[in-house]
Amino acid sequence: MSLLNNAPGTGSIGVLQNKLKRKESLTDTAFLLTITISLFIAIYALSIVFLGDKGFSKIQMFFNLFNENAALIVIACGLSIVMVTGSIDISVGGSTALICTSCIVCLNNYGFNFFSSLILALAIGLAFGAVQGFLIAYLEIQPFIVTLAGMFLGRGLVALIEVNQIQVNNPGFEMLSGARILIPFLGDINRKGVFIQSKLEYGVIVALIIVCLMFWLLRKSSLGRSFYAVGGNPQSALMLGINVKRTKFYAHLLCGLLAGIGGFLYLFHTRSGSVQQATGLEMDAIAASIIGGTLLTGGVGNIFGTLFGVLTSGTVLLIVTAIGSQDPWWPQITRAAMLCFFIVLQSIICSRKKI
Amino acid sequence: MSRSSNNSNTDSLALVLKALIRHRLFIPIAFLVFLLLINVFINPGFLRITLGRDSGGNPVLIGNLINILSNATELVILAIGMTLVTASSRGQDISVGATVAIAGGVIMRILCGNETQPTVLHAPIILALLLGCLAGMACGAFNGILVSKFKIQPMVATLILFTAGRSIGSMAMGGLKPKAAAAFGYYGNFIPGFPVPTPILITIAVVAVTFLVLKKTNLGLYTKAVGINDKSSSLNGLNPALIKFLTFVILGLCVGIAGFVQSSRVQTVNPYTIVPGIEMDVILAVALGGNSLGGGRFNMAGSIIGGYTIQTLTSMLTTLNVNTNAVPVFKAAIIIILVVIQSPIVKSFFGNKVTISKPTVGDGKERG
Amino acid sequence: MRGIYKSFPGVRALQNVDFTLCEGEIHALMGENGAGKSTLIKVLTGVYTKDAGEICIKGITKPVHIKSPQEAQKLGISTVYQEITLCPNLTVAENLFIGRTNDLFVNWKKRNNKAESILKGLGIPAKPAQQLSSCSIAVQQMVAIARAIDMDCKVLILDEPTSSLDEQEVSKLFTLMRELKGRGVGIVFVTHFLEQVYEVCDKITVLRNGELVGKYQIKDLPRVELVAKMMGKELGDLADIHNKTQSSNRDSKEVIIETEGLSSTSGIKPFHFTAHKGEVTGFAGLLGSGRSECVRAIFGADKVTKGKLRIKGDNVNITAPIKAMKKGIGYLSEDRKRDGIIGDLSVRENIILALQVMQGFFKPFTKAQAQAFADEYISLLGIKTATADTPMNSLSGGNQQKVILARWLLTHPDYLILDEPTRGIDIGTKVEIQKLVLKLASEGMSITFISSEIEEMLRTCSRLIVMRDLYVVGELNGEDMTQDKIMYTIAGGVSQNVQKQ
Repeated sequence: MSLLNNAPGTGSIGVLQNKLKRKESLTDTAFLLTITISLFIAIYALSIVFLGDKGFSKIQMFFNLFNENAALIVIACGLSIVMVTGSIDISVGGSTALICTSCIVCLNNYGFNFFSSLILALAIGLAFGAVQGFLIAYLEIQPFIVTLAGMFLGRGLVALIEVNQIQVNNPGFEMLSGARILIPFLGDINRKGVFIQSKLEYGVIVALIIVCLMFWLLRKSSLGRSFYAVGGNPQSALMLGINVKRTKFYAHLLCGLLAGIGGFLYLFHTRSGSVQQATGLEMDAIAASIIGGTLLTGGVGNIFGTLFGVLTSGTVLLIVTAIGSQDPWWPQITRAAMLCFFIVLQSIICSRKKI
Repeated sequence: MSRSSNNSNTDSLALVLKALIRHRLFIPIAFLVFLLLINVFINPGFLRITLGRDSGGNPVLIGNLINILSNATELVILAIGMTLVTASSRGQDISVGATVAIAGGVIMRILCGNETQPTVLHAPIILALLLGCLAGMACGAFNGILVSKFKIQPMVATLILFTAGRSIGSMAMGGLKPKAAAAFGYYGNFIPGFPVPTPILITIAVVAVTFLVLKKTNLGLYTKAVGINDKSSSLNGLNPALIKFLTFVILGLCVGIAGFVQSSRVQTVNPYTIVPGIEMDVILAVALGGNSLGGGRFNMAGSIIGGYTIQTLTSMLTTLNVNTNAVPVFKAAIIIILVVIQSPIVKSFFGNKVTISKPTVGDGKERG
Repeated sequence: MRGIYKSFPGVRALQNVDFTLCEGEIHALMGENGAGKSTLIKVLTGVYTKDAGEICIKGITKPVHIKSPQEAQKLGISTVYQEITLCPNLTVAENLFIGRTNDLFVNWKKRNNKAESILKGLGIPAKPAQQLSSCSIAVQQMVAIARAIDMDCKVLILDEPTSSLDEQEVSKLFTLMRELKGRGVGIVFVTHFLEQVYEVCDKITVLRNGELVGKYQIKDLPRVELVAKMMGKELGDLADIHNKTQSSNRDSKEVIIETEGLSSTSGIKPFHFTAHKGEVTGFAGLLGSGRSECVRAIFGADKVTKGKLRIKGDNVNITAPIKAMKKGIGYLSEDRKRDGIIGDLSVRENIILALQVMQGFFKPFTKAQAQAFADEYISLLGIKTATADTPMNSLSGGNQQKVILARWLLTHPDYLILDEPTRGIDIGTKVEIQKLVLKLASEGMSITFISSEIEEMLRTCSRLIVMRDLYVVGELNGEDMTQDKIMYTIAGGVSQNVQKQ
């Protein structure tokens, strides 16, 4: 009876690890991206087939998916970047509400115009990013607590500025935000038989440009790669000569900037502001990132995945509203269920990698 | 001669002061006293308690202090559970507000069935309490499994119920917002004929049970051990996953009781507005009580005092006419200050002996 | 390096150590635990600053002061650690170049091409655009080496590189090392695998207890002598100390523990082992030979993959430590900081912990009971602590060890495993512990005593299991228990890897 392994070697645990590593392509980003995109296409296609009469057969529905979610796309990009470095930011909803309210107040009462309110939005976003980034990167405080406080701070400041819901009352701004791009050749025929061209908001173009920029940043630039390095293995990153603290700080700063842009797009789309606005936006952004293949533990993530994550979760929510019940609780529960499913899935994949 | 005796007097005074400051309960009590003093300064009659009569002719105690003590009930009960969760899992449960909504929703459904203005209770109150607690514990179990079995960070795992909880509560109530019969109101207000508000009595009971459990079982020791070093703990025979799971379920029980008291106060529940922002308050109470938000040793008495301190702060801000939506700003600022002080970097900056773990590469596991 | 001294609070890690590395040479650095090898490496690579001594580098007239890893890298000294310090989620090319420049915009095409040529030049089977995690550990290590080479390193330190590699991968690594040697790079090979040292190295430097034992040419040093030097003995040392316990009555005593073909996830090969009542057994072998892993498998600290375990004749399936504890096994682990102490808890809480867990959740000891236990063992073992409430963290290493020993003694086990109980402890206490072990054995406890100090085991054990490279290679008792015999058994022949049954 042979008690010895067939391959007498000095490191059998290493052998085991090697064999499993070669098999796993589950975190191969291209593979994950393909899954996310296929998922989206499949879900949308199925909804056209089964829920066509509930509006899915209209082409405008598809464009509205982008119109409604332009802000979320940008914010989710920022969140993905921060998650890649192994951190998180749940203040984005609060900062968005703050941006909307303060910009409206300035537009309505202080003669701000489009550009000056844009600068204000960016300034607020950057301020959040900078302060939180400092606390997280340099003082090494847990990101969750810092950004949770940021969330409450943001919403609280809104209440201090203006308790009621307010609308934009600035003709220049309103005109700009009402503008639409008309898509040639595409459109739907409404009940009266008139052909209505599909409309796209300008915000969507901004969002898509940002996605491409961020993709390029993460894939090609040295800063982007160091985000991944810091998130994947901070000890190694340090030993490789990367300034870990500065990298984390930049990540939060960038997220803040994108939150500023996203907040402005939110304002551009809704033209209103209130204390309860954008509640849950941070969860949506996190969920979208996770669905798009960004790992909560850091080091893995893909901007295009995030884009499709937004589209997928947006579609699921549309389905839920279409199917449904008038019950108002399903969207939120669905969001949470999706989040739960993907968080658990990620944890299972990760633990299988580690054995 | 007199000088040396003066010196020895000041020496012993200094020693007493030092011992006082180092005592674990010093910061929470000091902060509480500080806030109370501010309140008294603003309103000299702040501490007055009188015995009056309510509309039914029953004797009731009236006073700011009574209000604070009563209103802090949910906060204190949740802080007890949160302390255990923080200690063992090294993270916080941010779903507590949402899960209170679930528990409250279940309770209202049991008591009101499908009616919106029932005149009688549809079920015994004890059943409602039991099922509310069960609901809370189910939420706790959900969070617990994610954290202990799937090894997800507590704050991330509880994000799920944070998102969905209030909606689930609304679903539990069938979308209705019923108002229960008046008999349900005793537990959140006064039992007729008894001047002390019931929530205070409930708090006393829960605190008593907590200290009893901590004394009569190994919960405290196991929780601390697992939170400090779960590898060592498992080599000593403990099951860290089970203990973490247990702490979440205990927090779930606290959620059930808190939901019961809260829904009894006005005999109705709006799941979207019930206990807004309480998760921040609870975390703040635990931190203020001298507990490290990174787990390990815990100070239960500190958390309880911390709960009352936060309630005093809230009530003070309300008296100063700060808008309810703006109150979280102050609390957020305080929590930032607290966490910054606790950060090891800041501590070492001020010269305390803290061991910061530097990345130690090359100290690879050497096989013996 | 000449006359290097380095101390830490309470520990003299290096005393007057010399180390010379020549161009184009593969030089092994060996020593047992606490010998100072990793400290020496860290001094050379700038992680620690030396207290005294000189470091001279060829081509630089004045001795250098290396203050940080970055400085060491600039001087051409690079290290590849046992745990891969690259980022597995980046590509091979990114790992080769990241952190070396601060450019915002990077021409990846150029970089990928450059990476391709580096990899080809060193014969590394990897593509530049491949994700590092999809490469085997051996290849990942080679990429780490390639990075070091590309940074023009003249001194390459490999810290235990072969621990996770199989035979083929080891030979690939050695081919690469020989290639680098040909290019004039000096390689420091830190390892504990005897065979590999003899396969690829030119010279050996041996450290022991922070001091230099000697520097030797490989061809001049037979294996046995190397083992002797590492253990700090001379061959044929007449100062052998024999064990005092009688081993002749062994067969008549009750068998407490018996393993049959037991192996675990830690990688030890299936082993047989028996322990009798009142017997003190020991595991001898060099660092890394698998001694701790064997006892951990018995205790359930590692997951058992094969084989059987019998306690007092009954087959048991130990899936978790609590089961072993309830069956009367105690385990004092090797790494007390990681696996033993619960730092923020008090001395008293640490002492009662194991017994408390065995008692159960609902039966906490009263403060009086706990205090009584604590007091008993504080005086029995002479634990120096202000009070029983002092946190464990503030005790010295030796006293911490005593507390953990107290913890397990309190459970009154039938079989007690002591893994390096005397490490980091003063002489007086070491003797106390050894006396205690003998006393407990005479009272009927079966003990396994693992120590890197051969004399301790010879003094206390009546039977020794000898291990090498994760295999059990022999068992010695009675008259065979001499230091010479042990060293010969460890050194062994080249291919005798089968356990004698």
